[in-house]
Amino acid sequence: MNTTTLQQKPSNSTYTKKQLSGAEMVIEAMIEQGVDTIFGYPGGAVLPIYDALFQQNKIKHILCRHEQGAAHAAEGYARSTGKTGVVLVTSGPGATNAVTGLTDALLDSIPLVCITGQVPTFLIGNDAFQEADTTGITRPCTKHNYLVKNVNDLPNIMHEAFHVAGSGRPGPVVIDLPKDIQFAEGDYIAKDKAVTHMYKPQTDPDMAAIEQAVEMIANAKKPIFYTGGGVINAGPKASKDLTEFVKATGYPITSTLMGLGAFPAHDEQWLGMLGMHGTYEANWSMHDCDVMINIGARFDDRVTGDVTKFSPHSKKIHVDIDPSSINKIIHVDLPIIGDAGKTIEAMLNIWKAKGYKTNHEELNKWWSQIDEWRAVKCLSYKKSDTIIKPQYALERLNHFLQKNEKETGQESFITTEVGQHQMWAAQFLPFNKPNRWMTSGGLGTMGYGLPAAIGTQLGNPDGMVVDVAGEASILMNIQEMSTAVQYNLPVKIFILNNQWMGMVRQWQELLHGERYSQSYTESLPDFVKLAEAYGGVGLRATTPDELDGVIEQMIATDKVTIVDVNVCQSENCFPMIPSGKAHNEMILAADAEKFDKKLV
Amino acid sequence: MTEEEKKNKSVYGDGPGERTLARHTLSILVDNEPGVLSRIIGLFSGRGYNIDSLTVAEVSEKLNQSRITVAVTGTPDVIEQIINLLARLVPVHKVTDLTVLGPHIERDLVLIKIASNKDDLLKAYDIANEYGAIVTDKTDESYVFQFVDTTAKVDEFLEKIIPFGMKNISRTGSAAMSCGKEKF
Repeated sequence: MNTTTLQQKPSNSTYTKKQLSGAEMVIEAMIEQGVDTIFGYPGGAVLPIYDALFQQNKIKHILCRHEQGAAHAAEGYARSTGKTGVVLVTSGPGATNAVTGLTDALLDSIPLVCITGQVPTFLIGNDAFQEADTTGITRPCTKHNYLVKNVNDLPNIMHEAFHVAGSGRPGPVVIDLPKDIQFAEGDYIAKDKAVTHMYKPQTDPDMAAIEQAVEMIANAKKPIFYTGGGVINAGPKASKDLTEFVKATGYPITSTLMGLGAFPAHDEQWLGMLGMHGTYEANWSMHDCDVMINIGARFDDRVTGDVTKFSPHSKKIHVDIDPSSINKIIHVDLPIIGDAGKTIEAMLNIWKAKGYKTNHEELNKWWSQIDEWRAVKCLSYKKSDTIIKPQYALERLNHFLQKNEKETGQESFITTEVGQHQMWAAQFLPFNKPNRWMTSGGLGTMGYGLPAAIGTQLGNPDGMVVDVAGEASILMNIQEMSTAVQYNLPVKIFILNNQWMGMVRQWQELLHGERYSQSYTESLPDFVKLAEAYGGVGLRATTPDELDGVIEQMIATDKVTIVDVNVCQSENCFPMIPSGKAHNEMILAADAEKFDKKLV
Repeated sequence: MTEEEKKNKSVYGDGPGERTLARHTLSILVDNEPGVLSRIIGLFSGRGYNIDSLTVAEVSEKLNQSRITVAVTGTPDVIEQIINLLARLVPVHKVTDLTVLGPHIERDLVLIKIASNKDDLLKAYDIANEYGAIVTDKTDESYVFQFVDTTAKVDEFLEKIIPFGMKNISRTGSAAMSCGKEKF
């Protein structure tokens, strides 16, 4: 759209002149969209934007040490604040390095706007220096992308990008911006005058379906709430309403990895996470339930196990903002397309208005069944006096984080890398509020945790941000230590160091005849010295006795800190739903030794 | 290791068994902007769905919109998934499954060049005449016929006429529209 009419500038505009360069439009649009922090890395094709950044002070640019780090940092920022994360990278390698972060954001529905520099329009397609087909490469890993060919289209595209990234099912949006467009001048269009295209996802649920759902919920005998990241994405009120609704029903609730924190983990109705490494009680309840209330989760294969044996006797309600999630993996009886927050609110209102009561007698029976499953104590592990068990390390970490929260009021935020430590963190660290848990769920990106912690700390300067890491994952984006030091971000990196790619080793033990192919991490750096080399603090615990002191020291430091916790090398993550099995066929830690590995 | 054990090796379990496949014709109204076709085709290839035929052309210059007609074969689940995935693309305005909607018209166009002796040309001309094909080019040694009909009818026509000296065929995918007065 070639808008040539002069638009009135907003009064708080950074610029006084009428015509803005493309680079200035990017800044102006970001300011209007409420952006105050962006993550990036400069390069030839984005220099005009960096020049414009230099000449203003409303947007703070965080210089990451790798574009992947910038994208994950923006994700951490977005997840912990609920705002859209912004990434700025150059053409070619800048864009391709950001691809992992974009894909991660797509799979976990995280709103990102990523501006990539591009070679000038007249050079596109000529294999110019640092040219890559960015829109081609990022088409499958973004919610939408743009190649801007006319500076007059840019303001609308900027506003539309934020609209697309943040509305409906959130996701990453790429704007590929050739260098000549960054220099070219045109008329800026203010946010409220912009044509936000026609992207209007359905967020209001169908009320008739809601009434039907609430009736099903009220009549359930063995119900379970199964909630996911959609509730977190719907904002803090959705979590509050969910908690109120679940409390009003007295029903059990479990959640996916992405949904942790939407319902307080300290509540007695909380069953813990479900899925491959979920709790025994959560998975058995899912299997045996008669009404399943899925809100904002997508029946991921790590949740369902064998789909043919997935919760065979239940009526399923599925609330999702994305119609393509409905009936994709599991056929449901009552689909509701809509925003999780609006849907929960509507359900709660109908529940109250119609004065629904649950079937107490049946519910008591259901709870006593669940208590039997709970009595299995699926998260128990063998304690040791001489060697640090990873689960024990996390229990102690939790103890001191809770203590710190109580004494100082400082809220804790946890990010993770990917692997065993991630699953243990999900099992052993309780989350009582949304937006306190940042982990790479869908894509499972090793190297996510440290940059995400940096983004989280920037979004929550007063928070205690801990990256629970493995020694293999942390090395994938270790360069971001520099970023943390540069911006005085006191993130804590709590490495459960077992010298193995733990989850790979576990699968090789259980599924590949104990042939440990390439999963031992040789030649590890000395993490204490490494932390010091970057200008941070390095600490180490090698025995259970040392652990408490080290964690207390870690919490007390005001610098980026690496804690190298030397843990048991052979510990496996249990409980576990083995290959091709159903929820009621999961194995516990106690079974692991007597369990015939050839059969898995 | 037995077959059973081998099958159970993967945590992803076994894939779905055989299901009934059906051909569906989807009508997709999109913004006519660069990359829109690539987005749609990328969606099919990225998810491993096969396109039987595809036709695209601008339908409204004023609104800058194009209509893409896609014929795709799949299980009901796959078709439902495709429609939902198409609908969530930002430049897609509307997706209609004409096959589910009810009676509709589908037309393919084919150009076929026949070059042969007089006898064969005469026979080819008779077949073309019988089917109502149009002569679009003619020399002493060749014809180019144009024929428009359903996919099945075009197949039938080609099968009959090919033996008489087919040199070249150029064929479009289906253009489609619902019957009756409703828009779709």
